[in-house]
Amino acid sequence: MDVLVWVTEATWPACVEAVRAHVPADATVTLLHVADDDIAGAASGAFAGLLGRSGQDRARRVTELVATSGQDLLEAAAEDLGRAATTVQRHGRVEREVVQAVVDLDADLLILARDGDLRRLGPHSLGPAARFVVDHAPCATLLVWPGSTPEVGSLPPPPH
Amino acid sequence: MGAAGPVVAVVLLLGVLGFAVVRPRGLPEAVAAVPAAAVVVALGLVSPHAAWAETQKLLPVVAFLVAVLALSHLCDAEGLFAAAGDLMARLSRGRPQRLLGAVFVVASAVTAVLSLDATVVLLTPVVFATAARSGVRPKPFVYACTHLANSASLLLPVSNLTNLLAFTASGLSFSRFGALMALPWVAVVAVEYVVLRLFFRTDLGVALPRGLRAGRARRGASGPTSTPVSRLSVALVGATLAGFVVASVLGVPPAWAAAAGAAVLAARALAQRRTTARALLAAANLPFAVFVLGLGVIVVAVVRSGLGGVVGGFLPTGSSFLDLLAVAGVAAVAANLLNNLPAVLLLTPLALAAGGTPALLAALIGVNVGPNLTYVGSLATLLWRRVLRDHGADAELAEFSALAAWSVPTALVGGVGALWVSLAMIGA
Repeated sequence: MDVLVWVTEATWPACVEAVRAHVPADATVTLLHVADDDIAGAASGAFAGLLGRSGQDRARRVTELVATSGQDLLEAAAEDLGRAATTVQRHGRVEREVVQAVVDLDADLLILARDGDLRRLGPHSLGPAARFVVDHAPCATLLVWPGSTPEVGSLPPPPH
Repeated sequence: MGAAGPVVAVVLLLGVLGFAVVRPRGLPEAVAAVPAAAVVVALGLVSPHAAWAETQKLLPVVAFLVAVLALSHLCDAEGLFAAAGDLMARLSRGRPQRLLGAVFVVASAVTAVLSLDATVVLLTPVVFATAARSGVRPKPFVYACTHLANSASLLLPVSNLTNLLAFTASGLSFSRFGALMALPWVAVVAVEYVVLRLFFRTDLGVALPRGLRAGRARRGASGPTSTPVSRLSVALVGATLAGFVVASVLGVPPAWAAAAGAAVLAARALAQRRTTARALLAAANLPFAVFVLGLGVIVVAVVRSGLGGVVGGFLPTGSSFLDLLAVAGVAAVAANLLNNLPAVLLLTPLALAAGGTPALLAALIGVNVGPNLTYVGSLATLLWRRVLRDHGADAELAEFSALAAWSVPTALVGGVGALWVSLAMIGA
């Protein structure tokens, strides 16, 4: 069984916890982080806006920072996981890269965390990227709550 | 030159801007701007006398720019930016919405005082690292920096090169400029805050579990290692900034205060080996100063070619809220079509002639807030995106444009409204 874990800032501990709780010991685990090209894009756009006052090396530094921080995140997740796992880093449009990684690895299960407005349960408690991945991932997905799961009492009253 | 004159002037301007964005082989942008300026003089589009007059007018501005760029570099060498990162991380304690507030305060202050260059070049990487270290999603904070670099640059003449260029022509004092622009600055920053907070509510809604936050912060993940900042450095920077105002009250050009502050900090940083003369010279970026002088001469040619009359025809002469908004709108469009530097060079004399100081300040709101739509101007954006693709990144920028589509018009209306109130309270 090949399991792909989508590691994102802030919500990765919940995914790691889910691997511990639900993934069999003989499964192969891959941790994936996707660096969002828009971040480096926005920064380098702002650098370009300064014309020659910025220095092109500086713009490249932001791209490197994005890659390094993704690597740090993967290392932290791998360390926290405490079992053998491969780490993979990709970059591009996040939601599409995640789906493509599922295809490339031929994964059987994708684990991801909710990342929307978690105080108001409903459609918006799933952010746009997670929504896209849940809709398009060509395998079973395990969607976990970061932090504690909501209580049944949080159910809205039925419509009249 | 006859009918070809205007075409030649505009083509040269576009060519010089294109060169400045692409910078083939890393050549300084002055390499294109200076010969182009010589061509417009040789063709008789600008008389040598007018070219020299423009250069003389711009010299104090570029001297100020050089001093402020050096000052930012020295603040970085003193560890002030890394310290600001630590402060933001401490204040927010891993909570994304608090971090956004901290980033807004720091980025607005840095932009106002040390110019947008400092925010883009020095603060943005620190903010990214701070967000990563705090375990939150970095995107909203990076966008906050890149947006505020433009929109929070309204407050002082030093905040943006566009302000320096308009300020010199306006005849306003340093403190009066600041007094008139304080309210628009606050209004625009407030608009940006609300727009970013709503736009990125998903990314700002998730934080690391409490127990993990301290551990991540200790790792110092990919953050710049911060060195303790001496109180003397902070005091010296503070004194330089106070010097801007004091110099202005005494009738001394504030560039002298910037130069004096930069000189003292430079002597200290060089003695303590926190920077090198070479790095300092590179930060001061003298070729860019030469580029601005060349650009000034080319824009004079564009104005005289008749394009000035055309753009001037769009500018209303009154100073009602709607008149000022129209001026800001024209300025924002010009900044996006060309780039904010030629836009401000072009619009300063036209706005002053049409509606005096109120129109000039409205035009500044346009050229400063407007670039959040395309950053470099639309033509240059096409070139820049090609450069970006060559580096292996292909940002879609759909999100970027959607964000700007909300923030730019709202900030323009809010900023101009606040300017109108300022003018009514303080008087032009």
